[in-house]
Amino acid sequence: MHLILFLIFAGFCLAGAINLLLQTHPINSALSLIVVMSSLAVLYLLLGAEFLAAAQIIVYAGAIMVLFTFVVMLLNVGTEEKTHGSKVAKAIGFPAVVVVLGVIATTLLQAQKQLGRVSLGDSVTTTQDLSRVLFHELLLPFELTSVLILVAILGAVALAQKEGA
Amino acid sequence: MIPSSWYLILSAVLFSLGVIGFLIKRTLITVFMSIELMLNAVNLSFVTFAHEWHAVKGQIFVFFVMVVAAAEAAVGLAIIIAVYRSRSTLNVDQIDLMKL
Amino acid sequence: MNAYQLYLWLIPALPFAGFLINGFLGRRLPKALVSAVALGAPLAAFVVVLRAAMMAWPGTGSVPLPYVENFAGSWMMAGMLHVDFTFALDQLTVIMLLVITGVGFLIHIYSVGYMGHEDGYWRYFSYLNLFLFFMTVLVLAENFLLMFIGWEGVGLASYLLIGFYLDKTSAANAGRKAFVVNRIGDFGFLLGMFLILAQFGSLSFSQLGTSLANLPGLHGGILTAICLFLVLGATGKSAQIPLYIWLPDAMEGPTPVSALIHAATMVTAGVYMIARTHFLFDRSPMALAIVAIIGAATAFFAATIALVQTDIKRVLAYSTISQLGYMFLGCGVAAYSAAIFHLMTHAFFKALLFLAAGSVIHGLNGQQDMRKMGGLRKKLPITFWTMTAGVIAIAGIFPFAGFFSKDAILFEAFQHGTPGKVLWFVGLVTALLTSFYMARLWYLTFFGESRAETHPDTHHVESGQHAHGVHESPWVMLTPLVILGILSVVGGWIGMERFGTFLAPVLGSVTIPAQEPGGAGLDIGLSVVAVATAVLGWYLAYYFYNRKPDKPMAVQAAMPGVYTLLESKYGVDEIYGLAIVQPLILFSRYVLGGLGEVAIVRGSAWILGGAATLLGELVRRWQSGNLRSYAGWLAAAAAAILIFAWVVAGQTALGASGVDFHLNWTGR
Repeated sequence: MHLILFLIFAGFCLAGAINLLLQTHPINSALSLIVVMSSLAVLYLLLGAEFLAAAQIIVYAGAIMVLFTFVVMLLNVGTEEKTHGSKVAKAIGFPAVVVVLGVIATTLLQAQKQLGRVSLGDSVTTTQDLSRVLFHELLLPFELTSVLILVAILGAVALAQKEGA
Repeated sequence: MIPSSWYLILSAVLFSLGVIGFLIKRTLITVFMSIELMLNAVNLSFVTFAHEWHAVKGQIFVFFVMVVAAAEAAVGLAIIIAVYRSRSTLNVDQIDLMKL
Repeated sequence: MNAYQLYLWLIPALPFAGFLINGFLGRRLPKALVSAVALGAPLAAFVVVLRAAMMAWPGTGSVPLPYVENFAGSWMMAGMLHVDFTFALDQLTVIMLLVITGVGFLIHIYSVGYMGHEDGYWRYFSYLNLFLFFMTVLVLAENFLLMFIGWEGVGLASYLLIGFYLDKTSAANAGRKAFVVNRIGDFGFLLGMFLILAQFGSLSFSQLGTSLANLPGLHGGILTAICLFLVLGATGKSAQIPLYIWLPDAMEGPTPVSALIHAATMVTAGVYMIARTHFLFDRSPMALAIVAIIGAATAFFAATIALVQTDIKRVLAYSTISQLGYMFLGCGVAAYSAAIFHLMTHAFFKALLFLAAGSVIHGLNGQQDMRKMGGLRKKLPITFWTMTAGVIAIAGIFPFAGFFSKDAILFEAFQHGTPGKVLWFVGLVTALLTSFYMARLWYLTFFGESRAETHPDTHHVESGQHAHGVHESPWVMLTPLVILGILSVVGGWIGMERFGTFLAPVLGSVTIPAQEPGGAGLDIGLSVVAVATAVLGWYLAYYFYNRKPDKPMAVQAAMPGVYTLLESKYGVDEIYGLAIVQPLILFSRYVLGGLGEVAIVRGSAWILGGAATLLGELVRRWQSGNLRSYAGWLAAAAAAILIFAWVVAGQTALGASGVDFHLNWTGR
């Protein structure tokens, strides 16, 4: 059961990601990304992170991606133009990515036995557990993030203002 | 009952796709989306390890990453709007001067 | 140790103070003050010397000689080299100091009058005091290195003073020539010092003396090499063959400078050095022989050139070279005391001759050519009588000073077997020539009809432009002449015996055990021969220049080749110029200037600059502003780090215990 769920939603993730790369219009890429986010939420749920799954949907898919979509529509960005600005990116970048992926994959495969297994019956991290740690030990970072968000809001407003307005 | 490493490999693949997107996409917004993809891949990796070692703090880290990603998205999109206003183009290859 | 009881350090310090005061402040001080400082310094130094001499006089004094005074502690301690700031006073130093400060003081007095009208009056006296400083350091030094400081310093002072007239290019060239030729000699001196250090590990005279005393079997070999290098230095400083060429040109300087530096003191430094290090020379018969040969050859050679010179100062310059040759000859036959004796008497009469010549030049408003002099006997009486004393002294006629010292040298030379007799003969012939050309000078200058032009050629601005007509010099100039004249008469009366005994603790026994039979009788016989030769030379001069004044022209016409040879000084300057100077100039210009300068220096600068620029061009392309290329490089760097971490960290972790990712941190 777990395996089937995993395969389906992992497949959605990969499909969405590859579609993001293949699409030429940004709006299609944004919608693909929403698919990826949602699938990831399910995967979180499979891993027992219920709060995070909810947060992923609410924050990422529901807020951030909506913001992206708004901006794409606001700026009326059209299809991508085909410019070739840098050969380096392709010549060096691709092999680098391959190397990175290869290294990580190899390490993980070699360590497969040491790593555990995931199954449906595993314990779920409740929101209560999460918040207990969050508000007891990590209260200060939590408060700081609120400041961070405030600053981000102010920055965004300031940057996006029309000149002279 | 699947090995944790599968989740991790999925995370690595998503990350690599994000990097590839960063390298080949020509619109600034799409590049930004690739960055978000990378962040999500890393989030998946964190959650997997949190499950692995029953560490709540791993999930809390993901929480913070989400917060920061949200803030970053807001500010980044504001910047993109400002850039579009002054350059009238969002093509990455044409925005290569430092001055605004 | 009677530290500071003799205050030896004052002897150089006082002239040095005079140099500093006049050098830095002299331009703004009134002339009287400059003169006071300039005269006060050597006088004070002379007083200190007198006091030290009296306190340390053997027999009557309270301070034993040699007296060593370390006035500033240790100077260098580097490995084997250990040199201190040490002055030493012994009998030889006493003699030298008395001559230097005494005659120096007299010349300072004379200069007040002679240089009175010059701009740069203050500069002249500061240089003159500087010279005294260095010269006293030279003779007081107890080790080679300190002596070398004095050695170099007097060369510097000589350069400054020869080129004193800043507007005369000939003076500047002469100064430079003197310095460069001296430098060649100094090179030899340095090599000698290096060898001494390598061989004996010390540069101190006293230590070398004891080291050699402990090595009675050491002869020749390395010692000959050392001595020959030192002799090279001495020939440079004392104007012997082959490095004498600077001295005639040095006459471009003011006449008192010629008197002090190039007659009485600096040029005697070479002779002093040989005497001071005689314990080295005694062990190397070959070096001594070479010294003697150089001395005799130079004496004869210079005398021949002096026969036909027309400039009064040039005659005296070559005469100095010739007399220095005598001193070298004396050293060469190991008669060091005789050489020093001649050094002393020569200081008296040569300084006198130069100063008197200066008086003549001053009286004639700058005329130096003897062909345009004549009949000055009545117009410059005191100058005439004092110069006469000097001329008789240098001719070596009894009982004037020169006789005793020159005779001592010739007698010692005669003792040295057949080579010695050859040298004696050369010295005798030179005495004949000396007497001849000095008397020639005397007759041409003071006797006969005046050949002076009504408007003399005064491009020599030495004595200022009085344009009064021929006049005797002021008393400030005449007093030193009179004093030196008296010394030229009585200076030799101390006698070689007493002089030698006085110096014996320093220079060894007075005479080589007489090898020739005859004892005192031989001595007197040789003296008579010497005096007779001198008188003969004088008579010949009288004949040619007083009785039949047109005879010299006839002789010149009859022997044009010989005459030109002598007049051109045997073309030595030209030979040196072609053989040494020109190749050096060409080498510098084309090899060093062309190859070295252009190729190496500029080339390497060009390469370095070019490399930097090229690198910059290459690196500049990297920063394109293009986002995607930046991203590509970022990915590449990340990959590199990952590989590095995988390989390095993986080796340690993966190798031994297999993969172990177990963290101890749960943090629940």
